[in-house]
Amino acid sequence: MSTPVSTAGTAGAIGGAGDALLEVTGLTKHFPITRGIIFRQKVGAVQAVDQVDFSVAPGQTLGLVGESGCGKTTTGRLLTRLLEPTGGRIMFEGRDITHLSMGKMRPLRRDIQMIFQDPYSSLNPRHTVGGIVGAPLRLQKVKTEKGIKATVQELLELVGLNPEHYNRYPHEFSGGQRQRIGIARTLALRPKLIVADEPVSALDVSIQAQVINLLEDLQNELGLTYVVIAHDLSVVRHISDHVAVMYLGKIVELAGRDQLYAAPRHPYTVALMSAVPVPAPVRVDGRRQRRERIRLSGDVPSPLNPPPACRFHTRCWKAQEVCRTQEPPLTELIPGHRVACHFPENTAASAE
Amino acid sequence: MAAPLDVAPSGDVAPEAMLSGISAKAIEGRSLGQIAWLRLRRDKVAMAGGAVVIFLILVAIFGPFLVQNPDIYHANLINPTLSRPNGPFGGISVAHPFGVEPVTGRDVLSRIVNGARVSLLIAFLATALAVSIGVVMGIIAGYVGGWVDGVIARSMDVFLAFPLLVFAIALVGVIPSSAFGLSGNSLRIGLLVFVIGFFAWPYMGRIIRGQTLSLREREFVDAARSIGARGPYILFRELLPNLVAPILVYSTLLIPTNILFEAALSYLGVGIIPPTPSWGGMISDAVNSGFYSIDPMYMIIPGLAIFITVMAFNLFGDGLRDALDPRSSR
Repeated sequence: MSTPVSTAGTAGAIGGAGDALLEVTGLTKHFPITRGIIFRQKVGAVQAVDQVDFSVAPGQTLGLVGESGCGKTTTGRLLTRLLEPTGGRIMFEGRDITHLSMGKMRPLRRDIQMIFQDPYSSLNPRHTVGGIVGAPLRLQKVKTEKGIKATVQELLELVGLNPEHYNRYPHEFSGGQRQRIGIARTLALRPKLIVADEPVSALDVSIQAQVINLLEDLQNELGLTYVVIAHDLSVVRHISDHVAVMYLGKIVELAGRDQLYAAPRHPYTVALMSAVPVPAPVRVDGRRQRRERIRLSGDVPSPLNPPPACRFHTRCWKAQEVCRTQEPPLTELIPGHRVACHFPENTAASAE
Repeated sequence: MAAPLDVAPSGDVAPEAMLSGISAKAIEGRSLGQIAWLRLRRDKVAMAGGAVVIFLILVAIFGPFLVQNPDIYHANLINPTLSRPNGPFGGISVAHPFGVEPVTGRDVLSRIVNGARVSLLIAFLATALAVSIGVVMGIIAGYVGGWVDGVIARSMDVFLAFPLLVFAIALVGVIPSSAFGLSGNSLRIGLLVFVIGFFAWPYMGRIIRGQTLSLREREFVDAARSIGARGPYILFRELLPNLVAPILVYSTLLIPTNILFEAALSYLGVGIIPPTPSWGGMISDAVNSGFYSIDPMYMIIPGLAIFITVMAFNLFGDGLRDALDPRSSR
């Protein structure tokens, strides 16, 4: 499809802390659309994720942001190998796990775990909390020092739940507590990498803070590495070390958190940032300072038939002819800040 | 930028700990089953149906030991010229509470009780067969999908389109008097169970397939896969417990259908072989031998037995469905 992205070789550079725990190059997932019952013909493909590169260093957090349908969740599921990638490479601890079979993947599942989006559907309503949190231990036949029950109760305590609730069922808990149960299950196998798919978007705002802080504390305590998928920019800002912005299956900007939030380069990122409400707008001379709110016109194009070259050109206010014909590579404009745009914002040239 | 508030991660432990202090010791969760039972107990109609069902099952198991031999002729109770029972309402008396059979004078109560045993035995076994095939096929079709689902779904359509009654009549005519190491009525019962059960599984299969299709998309299935669960574990440990409710409900609704089908087959003369009593056979006798004109009670009593049994199972099944899944209340 498109030409290989030139920055693949430098994927490990961002993050900086030595060898990457997770390294993703050219990751692609196309969902085929077929027609016909007996003679199945491929009539098209949803290009959910297309040529995505990033890497995560141990102990770091990468935030993946983007609007609905941009391929964030698909990326998460590819990383945990719940989906089979169409192309590209996923390296975990220097090992290629892109096309490992279910059987070969099984022992690796101890190291890569996932936190799910919806705490109401991610817990089996017919299993007790003890059964849910203990399932990974039983399935992976982990030897526990004090037995499974004691281990599970420790985990429940770790995530701030009452260990006495071992025998309760999920429906007896609130959304936030359920998400804690899900996190306890995730932690049961002591994973190295946790992919959190919108871990707080289904929760109340007040509970979101608790769960986010819990995730941060656990990271400090257990040295976890996170890939956090979210659409809430403030959540991502709070928890991430690096942030990747996705648009229509591609990463358009990848940078350290502070760099990205201070000076976003890609027009799409700029538009996203301008949509975040500011709690206390700056007042100048007693009058509210008007912020520039960038309204993107039109809808996100269909991933079935994405626009050629730069996928954002249909909605970009800076788009020019070159954007329709040449795909901008994800290049490192300044150290640690990569952007896929022909006319990036907030650069020395554009500041004039 | 609304940075998340700094709330201690153990924020909601405190109220929970207080709660646990109030409810004293061991916190025992209330399972969904217990909740359903509480709901069912409030449904008086369903409880009445359930009581009748239990009574019928007890009658079927223990009744035959308590009543007289259903095959004894009481010629002295029959009017020799009209060949109908002496006394009102088909010869109802203290010794024969449901009266006696015209011509032979056999006790109707003991024939009803023995017929209940046969009817319920066949209905339960046939339902068990239909449910086990239906659940396994439905859950596999729903979870695996693809061409497997196509094959199973199409074969369900074939089974549902099958002219079952004609097939059953033909099959009974073709099968010899002894086969598969069985003979007489045990062969007949086996045959009836097979025919009824084997052709009723698609009803269960369709429901289970549909439920599985919707459960498969729930995240707990992905969660199980992400901790390394294999297919059978997901099917039987994760999905099956969530299917208990529809399985129970549709089993209790399938039983009366099977009772009716067995009665229909016995009525058509391809059911239980006389003199073993069966409800459908009694109605058949009443019609074919013209008993209904001399002794209407002889037809009404087995008819009522079928009616009450089917009604009780249906009411209980409906109540069970409401209790297990409150959203589907009528």
